[in-house]
Amino acid sequence: MDSPLRLIASNPVDRLARTVEALLVVASAPLSVAELSEATDDDPQRVETALALLRERYSEGRSGIVLEAVAGGFAFRASREASGACARLFERPVERGLSQAALETLAIVAYLGPCSRPEVARIRGVAADSAVASLVERGLITEAGRETGPGGAVRYRTTPLFERVFGLQSLASLPRLDDLGEDAGELRERLLEVASARAS
Amino acid sequence: MAPTPVRELELDLDAFEGPFDLLLTLLLKEELEPREVDVAAIVLSFVELMAERDELDLEACGEFLVLISALLELKARALFPDEAAELGELEPEEAAEELARRLAEYRRMKEAAAWLVERLAAEGDRWFRLGPAPLAPQPERTLAPQDPSALAAAMRALAEPPPTVSLSHMALRFPPVSQFVERFRALLARRRRVDFDAEVGGLSRVEQAVALLALLELRKSGEIALSQAAPFAPIRVSRSSRPWAAPALAERLPGGPQKVQRTFWGESPAPPPPGAADEPMPSGAVQSTVPSGLGSPATPQEREEGFEALDSERILTWTARSA
Repeated sequence: MDSPLRLIASNPVDRLARTVEALLVVASAPLSVAELSEATDDDPQRVETALALLRERYSEGRSGIVLEAVAGGFAFRASREASGACARLFERPVERGLSQAALETLAIVAYLGPCSRPEVARIRGVAADSAVASLVERGLITEAGRETGPGGAVRYRTTPLFERVFGLQSLASLPRLDDLGEDAGELRERLLEVASARAS
Repeated sequence: MAPTPVRELELDLDAFEGPFDLLLTLLLKEELEPREVDVAAIVLSFVELMAERDELDLEACGEFLVLISALLELKARALFPDEAAELGELEPEEAAEELARRLAEYRRMKEAAAWLVERLAAEGDRWFRLGPAPLAPQPERTLAPQDPSALAAAMRALAEPPPTVSLSHMALRFPPVSQFVERFRALLARRRRVDFDAEVGGLSRVEQAVALLALLELRKSGEIALSQAAPFAPIRVSRSSRPWAAPALAERLPGGPQKVQRTFWGESPAPPPPGAADEPMPSGAVQSTVPSGLGSPATPQEREEGFEALDSERILTWTARSA
């Protein structure tokens, strides 16, 4: 007869949610369900339930803190309505002043990574050394092994920070760029068209 | 797709006249030799075309860069036919395909970069706490195990003060004229005539100059007579017919005796040329105890002691003994 009363007194999922909440406050990077499950020593499914509870509590319009799913995990951020105040007080060192060359290099690494500097240079037609160094320094890309074969160049991949800065859940969230797929054929047609017109 | 300035680019080269597109196609079809194409002239034409426009067309510049670099690669491969040519091995159509494929690949990545820029703008109002210093990845340092005593030895070596650098060559120190005066007197006491050049042959230029000054002083006081057959001919020094002037010249000279910084009979004196002295030495005993000339070598002991040891007093002593 006493068990229902004890259930009401301490809801286990609610307590788990409080622990998850605490972990997310301490963390400086997104925490995955697996990491939260290991830290709380609890079942992943129950962790997800707790996370759903928290996402409802920490949502835009309800709280100044928002829980978001980003970079393969969960993390707190400021609500968008507080962005003006945040911008007056804080800097955005990671993405501030990214050059066009750095953005193109970042796109290549994000879509084709892990890839090496020579690969980036082949696609862009110019050396990518300074762009790669800048991205590494910002923490947007990182080394990921070497190419096979003698003198294998260092390969790079994007970091979780990249996904977080760009608000991506994972690299799979990048849009498909197949809409430009016809370009190669179109360009070739154009070249040959002009050639035959002029040669005749 | 709207026509770009690159397509409009009209070329007037030695090997080709017409639009850039056609040139490229002819090259890809191998109807034109890449080596005959003046790439710099094409670049010049494009830059002129761009200069005529009011605003900079980045799109056109990018396309032109890709095309011109592809052309440059084709030309480079044609100039070095031995190099395994990736594009050269392809059929013209395949080459065109390859070129277009690369261009398209680059365009796709430019699109992707543009998407990232849009995304960044859209996510600009998301603020979050950054982790500890993602900006500076810590490089891994792999040092082999080090021996502390070796480190200490290295530190000791570094802590030792460096040897004092000798600055003696920076300042000219003149040996006193009086010493040379005495030496010439001594020499002339033994010999009636002395060849100046032979006597000062082993000395430095400065010492030779001081020796000449001493000679002039002696001449002024009438102690000696000088003769020279012609300019630059050997200077002959001989005893004057007048009796020697009594006062010691050294006492009249300003400054008096000074410390000699460097030897003025040198470490490698020139041997006296034959006939340097007109007269043989008065006796062998004198010759053995007295330096035969100003250019006598220092004894080994003197060399060991260094130049500092050869002060004026010792020279004067020798001079006195020889007199």
